Order: sequence, then structure tokens, then C-alpha cells
Amino acid sequence: MNKNQFWMSGNEALALGAFEAAVSVASGYPGTPSTEILENLVKYDEVYCEWAPNEKVGLEVAIGASFAGSRALATMKHVGLNVAADPLFTAAYTGVRGGLVVITADDPEMHSSQNEQDNRNYAFAAKLPMLEPSDPAEAKEFIKLGYRLSEELDTPVLVRMTTRVSHVKGIVEKGEVAPRAVASVVKNAPKQVMLPALARKRRVYVEERMTKNREIAETIEINRIEKGDTKRGFICSGVSYLYVKEVFPEASVLKLGMCWPLPEKKIKAFADSVDELFIVEELDPFLETHIKAMGVACKGKELVPNQGELNTAIVRRSIVPETVEKCFEASALPPRPPNMCAGCPHRGIFFNLSRMNVFVSGDIGCYTLGFLPPLNAMDSCVCMGASVTIAHGMIKALENAGAKGESVHNKVVSVIGDSTFMHSGITGLLNSVYNGSSATLIILDNRITAMTGQQQNPASGKSIKGDPATSLDIEGLCRAIGVKHIWTVNPHEVPETRKVLKEAMDCEEMSVVISRAPCVLLPEMKERKAVSYYTRQENCVGCGSCIRLGCPAISWTKFGEGEAEAKGYKRTQKGVSKIDENICNSCGQCASLCKFDAITRKEA
Amino acid sequence: MEKSGNILFSGVGGQGILLASEIVAYALLDAGFDAKKSEVHGMAQRGGSVTAELRYGKKVYSPLIEPGKVDLQMAFEMMEAVRYLPMLHKGSRVIVNTQKLLPPSVANGSVEYPENILDRLTEKGITVIPVDAFALASEAGEIKTVNVVMVGVLSNFLPMAPSVYEEVINTQVKERFRDVNLKAFALGRKVS
Ligand SMILES: Cc1ncc(C[n+]2csc(CCOP(=O)(O)OP(=O)(O)O)c2C)c(N)n1
Ligand code: SF4
Ligand code: SF4
Repeated sequence: MNKNQFWMSGNEALALGAFEAAVSVASGYPGTPSTEILENLVKYDEVYCEWAPNEKVGLEVAIGASFAGSRALATMKHVGLNVAADPLFTAAYTGVRGGLVVITADDPEMHSSQNEQDNRNYAFAAKLPMLEPSDPAEAKEFIKLGYRLSEELDTPVLVRMTTRVSHVKGIVEKGEVAPRAVASVVKNAPKQVMLPALARKRRVYVEERMTKNREIAETIEINRIEKGDTKRGFICSGVSYLYVKEVFPEASVLKLGMCWPLPEKKIKAFADSVDELFIVEELDPFLETHIKAMGVACKGKELVPNQGELNTAIVRRSIVPETVEKCFEASALPPRPPNMCAGCPHRGIFFNLSRMNVFVSGDIGCYTLGFLPPLNAMDSCVCMGASVTIAHGMIKALENAGAKGESVHNKVVSVIGDSTFMHSGITGLLNSVYNGSSATLIILDNRITAMTGQQQNPASGKSIKGDPATSLDIEGLCRAIGVKHIWTVNPHEVPETRKVLKEAMDCEEMSVVISRAPCVLLPEMKERKAVSYYTRQENCVGCGSCIRLGCPAISWTKFGEGEAEAKGYKRTQKGVSKIDENICNSCGQCASLCKFDAITRKEA
Repeated sequence: MEKSGNILFSGVGGQGILLASEIVAYALLDAGFDAKKSEVHGMAQRGGSVTAELRYGKKVYSPLIEPGKVDLQMAFEMMEAVRYLPMLHKGSRVIVNTQKLLPPSVANGSVEYPENILDRLTEKGITVIPVDAFALASEAGEIKTVNVVMVGVLSNFLPMAPSVYEEVINTQVKERFRDVNLKAFALGRKVS
């Protein structure tokens, strides 16, 4: 690497590219694999960055900055674009003043997501150009190109990343920083007030712009033909290009850096130049469908899977199955699923719920892991914010069409994290109160957006930069919405929390329990003095109460024949539990459950 | 030295795999290679099984290693040494930290930790290099340096000089942890 080259991830490269493009305002909501874009962009003092409470808000903020003449950026994961789709589709009509780029980071294979939707379909549906880099170096160049295109064509530009571009590191070269546009207020109602009469005029422009955009797609450098032998030709974009290059270094390739709109002439010319044409793409047959619609014969999804990620092995198996070599078979092992951290405050709540006969309408965050054994305490999880609303829908169905004479209010509990509550839970709660729900909502207030790696949120009291910020009073907000029954509990006190949960569920009106304790991965929690809990094994009767918590610091040692007696325990005792003090984060939940004084706090 | 190679890092979320793979990547770049590294963030890091894939050569396209093509694996836990068996081939080398971290089903007593688990590698003609990295990290003065001990061991199989790694540790690790990490690296390097 020379002095100008840096080793960075695709997301870091996007941040560098945005900086070099003189982006002035950036807003987004965390979500794997997009989170590190803003986390890195905020390091450049010249750029204003913020965490928005959700993606719709983030995109609207970026539209505002663009209307003021600044280059603006909105970042999100694939499902985030569903939330931001409303402003996106109409921003396609208004166009931009300062360049506007929207990054969607898709997650084929669902490494950290609830679905694997292919957001290239949004480019088609919203009539917007989409750029799709293959590696970090391209990510940096493509976002800069995105801003030039955005201003040239008067359009928002979508940049699509996937996990294997965002979270891949490679060599990236630093470039020049563009001069920054001066922001100002300019009124332009015909272009920015989208009431029907004006929107109809912009609608015409959108089609004209698409025509112009298609011409650009024919000549733009990032849509390039790499001439190889004429036997096999491949059309691909994004990370699939890299797999094809590796498996078929000799083949001809049409690499589409702009995956929408498509360069029809170039595609047809390329198709004519090869004997057999293959479309290799992850997820949906997006390129394939549109290329087939041009009347071009090609092979795609009948060979290449439409689910999950691709890799070189899958590409090889799909196109030239006869060349595949055999690999070792996987060896059977106990699985190692993710688990909530030792000392996680959520565990106390889910432990209690696992002991109650109730439907748990769950939501998305670290706490979704409450679904896993031994807790098994989540019964539904659809999308962010849906815990509250799904519970309300169930309650209404039970009230309206349930068995006669059965009480309903204690049947369904919803659980939501603080960040998720602010993202899209508040409107659901408003609906529940307004429409007379009798459900119970538990808000897990750990002060942070934990699952995506500890991002600040409106309840954290800190901005994305770590500066002090106004912190939402969750209890006050619930009260203002009209909730009359509100409790705040310390989830580490497990039996006390159970009493409160029972009381809340007994309520015949909407009730809220706020579970308040910080995430153990917060820096201030990590830097506490190390005091752990330990097991006084002589007192342990092997009841297994603590084991059922599922804390990763606690393990069970089974006794062999006669071992219990030999060690001075009751003959029938099956084993003892033990805390690994290196792992324990001293929450005390296990101690609050042990009735035999076998778990104690070790003072420093 | 080989002109290209594929290194797989495997272990349990929280063991510091990202830092370890980062140190090795920088050392390879320093030696003039092109490289790509794939990481998994998000849900997978909450104590689950995690990997990082590092590829180097004159020009690297795919960021993912093809199954059967791992030359060298750095396994931070015994079970995690075996979990990715389909990625290995006869003659692959696997450096294993002989620590046992219990997955939930073992911790709660419902299944046993498999015995002689590393035999499943050796019987396939894979070279296993066992290391008690936890003990060496304790000796260095910080159990969290298991990852850097492992890098020290790996450094014996790559041609770069120790000073290259040490320089990377100096730039990648926070000042107050530098000395223990350098010590951890040196202790790992001594293992042969
Ligand atoms: C629309 C959408 N945006 C983003 C995400 C990614 N995501 C899932 S949960 C979550 C936040 C979790 O934070 P919180 O609710 O506070 O729970 P915690 O992880 O702290 O327990 C995020 C950002 C998503 N799944 N869907
Ligand atoms: S990161 Fe925080 S919220 Fe997530 S499991 Fe760990 S302690 Fe719980
Ligand atoms: S106190 Fe108990 S439950 Fe809490 S982290 Fe330590 S061992 Fe786990």
C-alpha cells in the first residue's frame, strides 16, 4: 500500500467517499449491515451527522438538507427502506437541489435480519437510478459518482450495498475533497409542493429523466464490458461480479455498476458477442427479468439459487457442476447460537415471562434472543414496532370473537426495546390507548440501541458524537399518550419484577412496565470495578433455579455415581452449578433466585 | 512464501477475532500483498460462533473463501476448530486454542462437550497445532489477550518479521493495553 491507500471496510469507504463529495448533512437509523457508515462519517468534523429515531425521519432530514442546497445522505438497512419508502417515492418527483444519495444495505442470507428482500426492486418501483459497488474501493467512487448524477439528473440516487461489500475490508485510495456548496433558502413550490396538479407535471419529468438516465447508462464507465473468450458471457453487478471473475477469469463479463436503469443497447451487443449468456445475481432475478423483457435469451435463476448469498462454490456448482470437487462433510457438534450477554437486563424480564402463561408479542433487538431456550419466551416477532400493535390486534380479536366469559387482558403482553419503541412503537401505543386496549407493554429501557453495537438514541442523553442531548422521559411520554397504569422496575430484581408484571397484567386497561437498567456493554458499565458473583458450592442443593436463567456465566456440573455423597451432598443431588467469574457481569439475577444462599456477591 | 493464501479465523463472539484478523491483515499488506477480509457483525456477535475470512495474493477478487480452500485456520476454541471442517482440506493447518467455552446446551447439562474433538481433524490429514493460549494470556497479565497470543503463534507460519506485527499492535491497540499485548504476542511467537 502506498501513503494514499488505506485498508477499510465498504462502510468506512462510503463515509470517506461522502466526505470527499463534500456531503454536509447525513442522517440515518442503525441497522446491520449499514450502521458503520454514519459511525465513520461522524469522525469528519466537516459533516453534520445524526441518528434519527427511524429511517423515514432520516430520509426526510436529508431531503430537507438537499432542498437547502447541500449535499445530503441517508443511510439504512434494507428493511429500513420500507419505513422510508413514503418520502422516497415522492422525492423521486421533487428531485433535489443539493445532491441526495440514499444508501440501502441489504442482507442476503439474513445474517442479522428478519427477511432478505432485494432492494434493487425499489429502484425500478420508485424510478430512480441505483449504483451497486462490488468492493470497498468502488463503494467510495460510486457514492461520489452518485452525487454527480444526482445533481446532473435532478434525482435522488440509490446506492445498494450488501453484507459482503459493507463488511468486507480492502484497499481504498484517498482522493480530493470537493468544494462545499453554500446552503441557502430558495423557494421553488412547483418542484417542491407535491399536490396533485404540480405532482402531475413532475410525473412527466420523471419519465423524461428516465429516458436521459438510460442514455447515460449506455456510456457510463461503471457499466463496462471485459472482453474474454466468447464461449461464455456473464452479466453481473455487486459482489456477484467478484465471484464470477474468480471462477471464470477467462470469460467475457458485462459488469453493471449501475444496476438500474439498464443499458439495453450495450446488453444486446454483449449478448450477441457471446455463445451463451448467464446472469449471475444474488436473490431475485432482477437483471434477468428485465433483460429477458428486452428479448435477450439468457440463463439465470434456473441455475443460480434465488435464496441466500452466493459464493464462488455456488457459482461454480451452478454453471459448471461437473468441475465441483468434494469437500469434507460437516461434523456434528452442539450448536452455538448467540445469547444475551451475562448480566443482560433483558434476561430478568424474559425469565419472568417464561414462567407466566401469556402470549409474548415480541419485537426486534438483543431481546429477540429471549426466544431461544431455555427461556423460550417470545411468541411473535415481525418488524420493528409490531409488538405493540400485534398485541392490540390479538386483544381485539379475543374480545370480539374469543370464548365467552374468558378474561382477555391478561392473555397478551408485548415487549419492546427503547430504541424500537421510539422508532415505531409510540404510534402503536397511541393506537392501543385510543382504542381501549387492555394489553400490557413492557419497555426495555437499557439506554441504548444495543443490538447494532451501542448507538445513541433519543433516550440515551447523548448525540451520535457523544455530546449531551435531551433525553426522552419515557414515562412522561406514556402518560401524555394517555396510559394510566405505569410502573418502573429494576429487572435484575427478578421476584419483585414478577409481582409488578402480575399486577400490570391484572389491569383491565392498557398498562406499561418500564424495565430500566443499562446494557452491560456500555463503556461506563464495562469500566466498573470488577466485582463478580460466585457460587458457594457447599450450599448449592442442585435445584437448577439459576441454570434456568440461561446466563452464559453459569454452568452445571453433573455428579457421577456416588459422587454426591462422597462430596458431602444429599445422596440424590444430581449436580452443582458454578459461576465463571471471568464471564459474570454481576447483575445479581441468579442470586435473587437462589433460595439456599449459594450465590453471593464477591466484594472487591 | 506462498503467493496467495486463505486464512480462516473462528471462535466465539467476544474473543477478539476482529482485532486478531486485523493485525494479520495489516502485516500481509505491509509485505506487499493485495488482501480482502470478510467479517460478520450484528446478531452473530452475541456470544455465538463467529468467523473472519482473510484472503491474500497478487490480486484478490472474492471476499469469501471457497469451501475446501482454507490453508490456515486460527481457531480460538476447540469446538470452533471443528465446526468449519468443510472449509478445510487434507494438509490444512489449524492452530487451536485448547480452551473450552461451553455452548448453552453443554452449560446447562443437556449434552456433553465432545471428547477428543481434535481427532476429527487429524484423522482427515489436517495438521493440528494446539496452544494453551488462555494460559499464555494469563502469563502476559491479561486474559483478554488470547487473540494476540494466537497471532503470535500464527506469525511463525508467515514470512513477515515480528517487528511488522509489533508495529501494527502499536497502532491498533489502545496505549494502556499495548505492553500486555506485545508480551502476549512474544509468548505466542515462542510456541512452535
Ligand atoms: C426497519 C428496521 N430498521 C433497523 C433494524 C435493525 N435493528 C433491529 S433492532 C434495532 C434496535 C434495537 O434496539 P433496542 O430496541 O433499544 O433493543 P436492544 O438491542 O438495545 O435490546 C435495530 C437498529 C430493523 N430490523 N428494522
Ligand atoms: S449488548 Fe446489552 S442489551 Fe444486548 S445482550 Fe448484551 S447486555 Fe443485553
Ligand atoms: S450475577 Fe449471575 S446472572 Fe448475573 S451475570 Fe453473574 S452469573 Fe450471570
